Amino acid sequence: MASAAAPASSEEAVKAAKVLMVGAGGIGCELLKTLALSGFSDIHVIDLDTIEVSNLNRQFLFRKSHVGQSKAHVARDAILKFRPNINIESHHANVKDAQFNVDFFKQFNVVLNGLDNLDARRHVNRLCLAAEVPLVESGTTGFLGQVTVHVKGKTECYECQPKPIPKSYPVCTITSTPSKFVHCIVWAKELLFAKLFGDKNQDNDLNVHSKDGSSSKLDVFERDVDEDLDQYAQRIYDHVFGYNIEVALENEETWKNRRRPNPVYIRDTLPEAVKQNGSSWDCSNDHEEPSAMASLGLTNPQEIWTLAENSRVLLEAFKLFFEKREKEIGNLVFDKDDQLAVEFVTAAANIRAHSFGIPLHSLFEAKGVAGNIVHAVATTNAIIAGLIVIEAIKVLQDDYKNYRMTYCLEHPTKKLLLMPVEPFEPNPSCYVCSETPLLLDVNTKVTKLKEVIDKIIKSKLGMNLPLVMIGSTLVFEDGDGLEEDEAANYALNLEKVLAELPAPVINGTKLTVEDFQQELSCSINIKHREEFDEEKEPDGMVLSGWSAPVEKQINSNGENKSAASSSSARATDDTVEDPSKPGMKRKLDELLETKENCDASSSAQVVEDDDDCTMLDGNPALIKKKRLQ
Amino acid sequence: GGGGGAEEEELTAQETALYDRQIRVWGVDAQKRLSKAHVLVCGVNGTTIEFCKNIVLAGVGSLSLMDDHIVTEDDLNSNFLIPHDESVYGGKSRAEVCCESLKDFNPMVRVAVAKGDPSLIDGTFIDRFDIIVLSRASLKTKLFINDNCRKRSKHIAFYSVDCKDSCGEIFVDLQNHSYLQKKPGGEPEQQELKYPSLQVWKFNLNFFCRFVEIKSFSSCALLFCTPSLFAPRIRFV
Repeated sequence: MASAAAPASSEEAVKAAKVLMVGAGGIGCELLKTLALSGFSDIHVIDLDTIEVSNLNRQFLFRKSHVGQSKAHVARDAILKFRPNINIESHHANVKDAQFNVDFFKQFNVVLNGLDNLDARRHVNRLCLAAEVPLVESGTTGFLGQVTVHVKGKTECYECQPKPIPKSYPVCTITSTPSKFVHCIVWAKELLFAKLFGDKNQDNDLNVHSKDGSSSKLDVFERDVDEDLDQYAQRIYDHVFGYNIEVALENEETWKNRRRPNPVYIRDTLPEAVKQNGSSWDCSNDHEEPSAMASLGLTNPQEIWTLAENSRVLLEAFKLFFEKREKEIGNLVFDKDDQLAVEFVTAAANIRAHSFGIPLHSLFEAKGVAGNIVHAVATTNAIIAGLIVIEAIKVLQDDYKNYRMTYCLEHPTKKLLLMPVEPFEPNPSCYVCSETPLLLDVNTKVTKLKEVIDKIIKSKLGMNLPLVMIGSTLVFEDGDGLEEDEAANYALNLEKVLAELPAPVINGTKLTVEDFQQELSCSINIKHREEFDEEKEPDGMVLSGWSAPVEKQINSNGENKSAASSSSARATDDTVEDPSKPGMKRKLDELLETKENCDASSSAQVVEDDDDCTMLDGNPALIKKKRLQ
Repeated sequence: GGGGGAEEEELTAQETALYDRQIRVWGVDAQKRLSKAHVLVCGVNGTTIEFCKNIVLAGVGSLSLMDDHIVTEDDLNSNFLIPHDESVYGGKSRAEVCCESLKDFNPMVRVAVAKGDPSLIDGTFIDRFDIIVLSRASLKTKLFINDNCRKRSKHIAFYSVDCKDSCGEIFVDLQNHSYLQKKPGGEPEQQELKYPSLQVWKFNLNFFCRFVEIKSFSSCALLFCTPSLFAPRIRFV
């Protein structure tokens, strides 16, 4: 940060400040309002999103007429109405874009985050470290929220406390042995829906073969020429809920200690449907969005449908896709705002759940799970925005003794809403801000460079456009502006196993990995290992060395191993040091129960063909709670 | 009010779409009750408009604003509901101008101006409300209204809020408040809270006053000093 003398008063500091706000959504709207009212007059806002109806219950700078427009631009206009003389520059863009480089960040006195995903947060963290600009981070979920301050050299950076890896489900759990509703949702979304309506070229784990030699086709999901839609639908139904289950039951070993699933056939759940031929429900209004619920007269999304109702919805939704949205079939990707897709996935998940003895859920609940919906209210965002500005003002005045990490939650025993804690010192083993090398256990003889880059460098380390060097040999580079022969060379290297790279990677080799844009560089020491546990180490490689030293295991449940405290950390308020564990854990548990797939690590996982885990949005609010437990 | 009133009293599709994220926080039942609630806010200023914004966004049944003060330039500093356009706010009361802005936030909520003086409102007037929020009122007025809230046959919740510099205070009187508390792994348990009236609470406060030094800038500081069994304290960090 530019070494100007700290301004005399907070008023002066605010007047002179140039501030960057990343995110103009729930927190962003409240924050922009508070900044404007507090006297800030030079603000940049970045947000890539457009406005949706479900935003309007809390993002108060937006109106229904703004749906579809850029959040950043509309927010700016709304603020100027009551503060016409301040300077706001809005960017409808992704903060990860190349234009927002270190030089861009350097122009600001402080950066304020109002983001909703881990990926972007890490990216901003790295840029702030590189530009040496303080960062005030924040997050909210329902009634919970927190604000944290990150100043290079003085406090932890955002990544000093490793964020837990996102929850992923083993393929077999999804395809064969679901035990929770979320498993059924993932199956319905990533397998069934994708198979029927998505890209046909994508690999899919759904069993497509039929045992009876009657059909000559390879893929039972293919519609026969001139096959009646009703018949097609029922055939698929019987295949996935009936036949496939019977096949699974044949493997005795699987069911030794598990409840056996019940195959479900259309003739049992909807006997009358089988008799009807070629009849289709009357979907009168062509202009309205097609909806199976509407056709069937089901009006309450909170209602839990019976097996029969779910079956009707499934068949009806299936038919509506083919009747009304045929052009989209083959290109569809599940979207939580696609009513018909949500209906289809809900029904399919419920029927599967019924088979496996898992409780059924309403459309409302299923949508939340399938769409990774984060619950949210206006008030928490307003509180958090206020706290952000309070911390920002301290930062502008270099008032580091008073920096606080503030947690907004219901303290279990004291009647307090806000819990301020002094920030920790930087983690000396944080690979992001302390440049300590990491360790990677991997089989260098069989693992390709490509896998290391995808699973570790891009995914776990969060690098966007990485560069991989072994000694002085550049084996891989990502980004624009590569020469053809360079790109070809890198493409070749991706497919080579580590031991066979131009500069061979073997036990003891040190990789240097960099992301030029994030100005992040780190070293990875390689340790060769032959065997990896399929269940516990599905990636076939293990990265270590980036967790904080655990001095105190705070969570009695034993689950949180990354709970850390450094000797310099002191709670401002003595009561904070030992919050009643059951109370806090209960809060966290409740959240985890209601949003199974949205635990501290992330939201429901995409199960892709090669078991890759996609890191999806995580809410640090929950993660922070764990740290303090 | 709101979207309620249909025979089955289910939320409309419009409400479900708009309130989706918050229904996931407090449930459909709470949303329905919210949509039937009527709120009165006496004293329109920076603090209370925050509340107004939040309660309107949430879909309350109706909100009435009482503040006959004419808008001045001073109001523009802390009130984001007032556009910087004298042709819009000139000569109008705070309640009038803010009412118009708030309607915009959520067309499903009935926002209206209530003309009058808080110190003069009578029992029958407040009967139409479920909640009364008071700000920048004299102690006498606060006591008067709180007393009225308690006298009515229906329980009217009473809140008094004020902000001075970087201090804030809130007094809450829900009289006898019962709610269901979720227990881990068990059945929800009925809980009862008994709130003291302002009169009673003030008596306790005076009692402890003698032992606490009175800060110069704010009597609010006392609220943070007294052991409070009653109103939740909001700490400002």
